[in-house]
Amino acid sequence: MVVDPFDHRLRRALQEGLPLVSKPYAYLAEQLGVTEQEVIAKIEEFTQQGLIKRFGMVLRHHELGYSANCMVVWDIPDMEIETIAQLLSDEACVTLCYQRPRRQGWPYNLFCMIHGKGRDLVEQQLKELIERHQLSYPHQLLFSSKRFKQRGARYV
Amino acid sequence: MKLSDQDRKLLNKIQKNFPLHPEPFKLLAEELAISEQEILLRLQELESQQAISRFGAVFNHHRVGSSTLAALAVPEQEIEEVAAFVNTFVEVNHNYQREHDYNLWFVVNATDQSGVERVLDKIAAKFDYPLLNLPMVKGYHIDLGFPLW
Repeated sequence: MVVDPFDHRLRRALQEGLPLVSKPYAYLAEQLGVTEQEVIAKIEEFTQQGLIKRFGMVLRHHELGYSANCMVVWDIPDMEIETIAQLLSDEACVTLCYQRPRRQGWPYNLFCMIHGKGRDLVEQQLKELIERHQLSYPHQLLFSSKRFKQRGARYV
Repeated sequence: MKLSDQDRKLLNKIQKNFPLHPEPFKLLAEELAISEQEILLRLQELESQQAISRFGAVFNHHRVGSSTLAALAVPEQEIEEVAAFVNTFVEVNHNYQREHDYNLWFVVNATDQSGVERVLDKIAAKFDYPLLNLPMVKGYHIDLGFPLW
């Protein structure tokens, strides 16, 4: 794949982060030696192409007071996974939901992340959600006890 | 960190579809009926306290590279050492200890599959502990921001 040098440098800048200034696109344009309009148009293009999933502020939950972070892993029959994944995704407390492969000794194929202001609250939310949808599938709660690293991905 | 109602309103608004306007904060200021200066100062403060990780783009992993979620089952007393080694890779962007036999969970991102495997191979060569490699099969709800309440 041939990547245009401007595309490449803009992608890098967008993954590193823009400054919080009045005219962020003009700032970026000056850094990259292009016009403000070119920067804006390219971000629009990346978004329309689906290359950018989301553009805006990336937050750290822990620092905002949402100190509990629980990865819930489920063993869902393959036939039902679409339905259950959709139902979990529609819950306000679920911030991520993915299907992943099972492995030997690891039967769980559906992962979702729940963030909350405390462990008790997260457990309560999950319990309520399970009862409401009658989710009688094997699952485990993996609360995080320590964060060693958290930042955006770097590809370029 | 104490968030005001105004903070929550602001942060809920700017995690996605951030205005692509030459003066985006001025536009937001009009919508929220506060001044552009107030918004910028508050966001700079949240950034300096690391509540804002960055103002930028979240890219689609599938489209720009390859990634996986991996887990290691590490003896409790060695977790700091193993986590520190895992952190040395620039390809690793998330690394958490979790309450499970598989107690170290990390995300590896690279421009291609072989880049991801290279990192996992190096970790496996250094520490001979059970390792799970769980690349995404399908994403149902992926990093769409986080509603604050």
